[in-house]
Amino acid sequence: MPLFTRQHDLIARAATALLAVGVLSGAAAYAYFSHPLVIDVGYQPHQPVPYSHKLHAGNLGMDCYYCHNTVEKAAHAAVPPTETCMNCHVRVKPESPLLAPVRASYKTGQPVEWVKIHKVPDYVFFNHSAHVNAGVSCVSCHGRVDQMIEVKQVQPLSMGWCVDCHRNPAAKIRPTELVTNLAWTPDRDPAEIGRELIAQKKIAPPVNCSGCHR
Amino acid sequence: MSLVNITKMAPKSGPQYWRSLQELSGTSQFRDWVSQEFPGGSELFEGESRRNVLKLMAASFGLAGLSACRRPEDKILPLAKGVEDLVPGKPFLYNTAYTLGGQVMGLTVEAHDGRPTKIEGHAAHPQSLGAVGAFAQASVLGLYDPDRSQQVLRDGKPAKWSDWDAFAATQFTADKLGQGEGLRIVSEKVVSPALADRGAALAAKFPKSVWVSYDPINDDNAYEGSAVVFGKAHNVHYHYDKADVVVSLDADFLGGDSKTPLAIKQFSKKRRVSKESDSMNRLYVVESQFSLTGAMADHRVRTRSADVDAFAGALARELGVVADLSVLGGAADKAQKTLMAMVRDLKANGGKSIVVAGPRQPARVHALALMINVALGNVGQTVTLTASNWTSQTAALKALAADLSAGKVTTLVVLGNANPVFTAPADLDFAAAMKKVPVSVHLGLEVDETAVAAKWHLPEAHYLEAWGDAVSADGTASVQQPLIAPLYGGRSALELTAQLAGDKAPKGYEIVRAAWLKQFAGDKEAAWRKALHDGVIAAAAKPVEVKPAVDVKKVQLPAAAPKVAGVEVVFVPDASIYDGRFANNAWLQEAPDPMTKLVWDNAAMMSVATAKQLGVVDGDLIKLTSAGKTIEIAAMTQPGQADNSISIALGYGRTEVGRVGKGAGFNAYPLRSTAKLGFGEVTVAKGSGTYKLITTQEHHSMVEPLTGHKRPIVLEGTLEFWRREPHFAPETVEAPDESIYGVHDYSKGYQWGMSIDLATCIGCNACVVACVAENNIPVVGKVQVGNGREMHWIRMDRYYTGSEDDPQAVMQPLNCQQCEAAPCESVCPVAATVHSPEGLNDMAYNRCVGTRYCANNCPYKVRRFNFLNYHKTMTEVEKLASNPDVTVRMRGVMEKCTYCVQRIQEKRIQAKLEGRRPIRDGEVVTACQQACPAEAIVFGNVNDPESKVSLLKKQSRNYALLPDLNTRPRTTFLAKLRNPNPELSGETAGAPKEHHG
Repeated sequence: MPLFTRQHDLIARAATALLAVGVLSGAAAYAYFSHPLVIDVGYQPHQPVPYSHKLHAGNLGMDCYYCHNTVEKAAHAAVPPTETCMNCHVRVKPESPLLAPVRASYKTGQPVEWVKIHKVPDYVFFNHSAHVNAGVSCVSCHGRVDQMIEVKQVQPLSMGWCVDCHRNPAAKIRPTELVTNLAWTPDRDPAEIGRELIAQKKIAPPVNCSGCHR
Repeated sequence: MSLVNITKMAPKSGPQYWRSLQELSGTSQFRDWVSQEFPGGSELFEGESRRNVLKLMAASFGLAGLSACRRPEDKILPLAKGVEDLVPGKPFLYNTAYTLGGQVMGLTVEAHDGRPTKIEGHAAHPQSLGAVGAFAQASVLGLYDPDRSQQVLRDGKPAKWSDWDAFAATQFTADKLGQGEGLRIVSEKVVSPALADRGAALAAKFPKSVWVSYDPINDDNAYEGSAVVFGKAHNVHYHYDKADVVVSLDADFLGGDSKTPLAIKQFSKKRRVSKESDSMNRLYVVESQFSLTGAMADHRVRTRSADVDAFAGALARELGVVADLSVLGGAADKAQKTLMAMVRDLKANGGKSIVVAGPRQPARVHALALMINVALGNVGQTVTLTASNWTSQTAALKALAADLSAGKVTTLVVLGNANPVFTAPADLDFAAAMKKVPVSVHLGLEVDETAVAAKWHLPEAHYLEAWGDAVSADGTASVQQPLIAPLYGGRSALELTAQLAGDKAPKGYEIVRAAWLKQFAGDKEAAWRKALHDGVIAAAAKPVEVKPAVDVKKVQLPAAAPKVAGVEVVFVPDASIYDGRFANNAWLQEAPDPMTKLVWDNAAMMSVATAKQLGVVDGDLIKLTSAGKTIEIAAMTQPGQADNSISIALGYGRTEVGRVGKGAGFNAYPLRSTAKLGFGEVTVAKGSGTYKLITTQEHHSMVEPLTGHKRPIVLEGTLEFWRREPHFAPETVEAPDESIYGVHDYSKGYQWGMSIDLATCIGCNACVVACVAENNIPVVGKVQVGNGREMHWIRMDRYYTGSEDDPQAVMQPLNCQQCEAAPCESVCPVAATVHSPEGLNDMAYNRCVGTRYCANNCPYKVRRFNFLNYHKTMTEVEKLASNPDVTVRMRGVMEKCTYCVQRIQEKRIQAKLEGRRPIRDGEVVTACQQACPAEAIVFGNVNDPESKVSLLKKQSRNYALLPDLNTRPRTTFLAKLRNPNPELSGETAGAPKEHHG
């Protein structure tokens, strides 16, 4: 009697096939579940203060620049100091219990601990001012924040997603003064407007490593 | 034409360059070392433990993979109240002042969100002129030193400031101290008007108290020498930018003997040539140790420090300054010849020359040097004088020690970094004397030897945390403004002195401000704000130049010191830790000594002949005895050292020090007595055992790895030769016409490039430390450096040429050459290093998988691999020193010089925001370029024919490294030039045709 029969052969093949399926599906699952589209898009943490962008930026029509005042001059868009909230809220809803953390912060000098939503890895150096001044609107990366009660991430902010636009920016370039107009709908092809602006301002987004990685 | 011009590469013609004696003699250890790209293999763990500060590293190899899937919650913490002009992420720049050894430098400090991160020289300060050396730059790490003193100690036990305040309120009263007969205050030389003012107030309260200024490395001899010549002591200022001939008598004025970068700034101005018709200064150096100044010299005479007196005497006699003085020994043939040439050169350059004596030399040599300067008409031209109220520091300390021993002192207050218990001359036995004082108080940054000996230790505020002011040698006054509130609640020397003088709850800010407001006229508040903004106070009075009349023939010289028979020991300030105060600064400890390339240690440096005579090799322990005190120290050979002269860097062997400095080096202070502060006789005996010294001199060698062939690396010629054959450097090796790599189009846009002038580079390490600070370069510790794993992006190569007894030295800073056809890129399997359209060899850390092929394939050996996660064990407070604009690299990642790409991008974005204008020439300044006091490094756009870097690259002595490899480096060098005296040229210069490294 031979040591290995035909049956063993079958078992070996089946086991190999099973292993292959297992490894492949594991890899596929890892690739899927670790993709920024899955783990980052839709991220909507609760904030210490239920601040509504829909109310402030949408209904009241406050410009993004009012609070994010460094966005066109610095890398960071600047979450505003508590003082900025209190500019209005000393008079508007001064007793609201929802604003208690803001008032406490203003009184004690301790910051309100907002939860960061849009995040790129430490080795990525994103600069808001470069994008805003080139005419990339807030909406391109952050979505219709003016319609969000609680802000959530709508774009993956992955490298592939960044590079797509860096290679072909025309559709996302608009006149600088319209950058914070999230609802802007041009009367002609936006890519055409973008191309004109790119030619006029000589916009050439970097596609080499050190453009973003330093 | 053939691809490589073989005939011009013949390795055996011309002078040979070597970096270590092992390389010169071609020992098998050296060949083994260079044949491996990663010596010591890639083993992770070491048999012996690393420096304590890095000890926990191995414990950090956790699997980070799965936990990364869940998104960690990050917080954004905006300020509660807005700060005017504060833009999150944009740094603020503040001007302040730094004091070291009584010298003041102006600084411009970068602060990111309230934490100082990068120190640069203040361009408008006349002592800095935009550059500062390694000490000042690394002082920011001292601010965040986790081993800094953090609390008040009473008898070694934790106490509170309130305990001290209560104690001080009862102790420092007329009831307790009377007229202050028993009160002594010890500090470093006081250059702060505010501190002097509070000191005066303290003296008014206790008129019989004594304030002792003491610096372990001081200028007593220079002052005493000036007093000999001019009747009273003067401040002597040298203007190297006006001198065509400089003679250094044991003065390392381009290295350790200058605390400010001013001397290098001035000297390099006379050294820089752009066309063949330009002139160049000439430098003669007479010295025992091989110093940076000696490496720069056109003619160097090696002689024991004890024999410099005789040389100075002979020079003075030959110049007709003195009638009859000791003559040089007949044996010193080279010395005699050089002396005579020197004499003629000096005579021909009256009013345009400088003779400078080193601080180790006795007053007599300083007097002789000054007399020569007077006789040559240099005083008033290249050497200027201002009045001084100097008193001898050594005498004062001696008197203090006598009073301490006699029990006359009841209260001793030690301020700042002088650390007399460790640094005081051994014969004073300060530690024992201090025990006799009932009340001793120490204010300092660390719990050092003096702190441990004192009854009270008070944590001092770092200079970046405290208000003060400072007046530099030329009279420029600056406000020392803090950038951060005291991290550990420390107080400044100014505040403590004010408290002792009776001020109630003194605040440094108010004291300094009030003092200066008194001096301002007109709108005082505006003047104060302007002073803070400008970093220099225009209104401050400047000292007046004096020109005392003197007849050099009538000067009564002090008697010569007794002859040193046998072997002398010379005490020099250390290039890394100065007098010991920076022992806990890891950036400085890891910066290789500019000449010896030693890291984390000092050693007894001796010539090859002396080592042979003593029968010792590198690392052997020897015993040195002087005046009954013996130290054991590792010996190391130093080519070019004078025979029978052993030089030891001070400051090592600290016993009470933080984790970084513990166990580093050997303490030389026990040999240093009041009679032998600079040098003195010593008896040498062989010790038992050996000590592992780590030097980087053979690391990352560019000899051909398989054949061991030397390749032309440093190219050098004399000024005369260059004038005859201007293109000697680029012609030494020619680049092939064709490339096997694809040729990119680099004709458009910005194309970054760098030029490094070897003729002006001193090798001072300022660029190395600047690069570490700017680019978050980790410290790896002594053992890992021993494995060749140092992470510095700039390697300061030091080559010797000539005999092992009396070689010349050339410095060459080497960073990534940013090859246009980069060999590293073609071997990277994951495209982690690729080219940018602007000619940068980009490194994408997040792509790197750590194959290290790139480093293998780099002919310049400039790539550095993170064998361990060096940042992981950093404490939270150390992390505050990091530059937020540069990625912190982790284990398994390759890194290298990026041409400070973060600075390029910052300026590019700024230019875009300012109406999309082009980036101006000189706008992007790399960290190394900014720090270089010799202005040897120039960076810019090589596509702009008018840019500074383009003009430099057009110079005839511009050459690329290993051009035969056709890598087309963007960094090019300007060949080293020396200006030897034609009279002596047969001896040192010759007519070099081809130099091969």
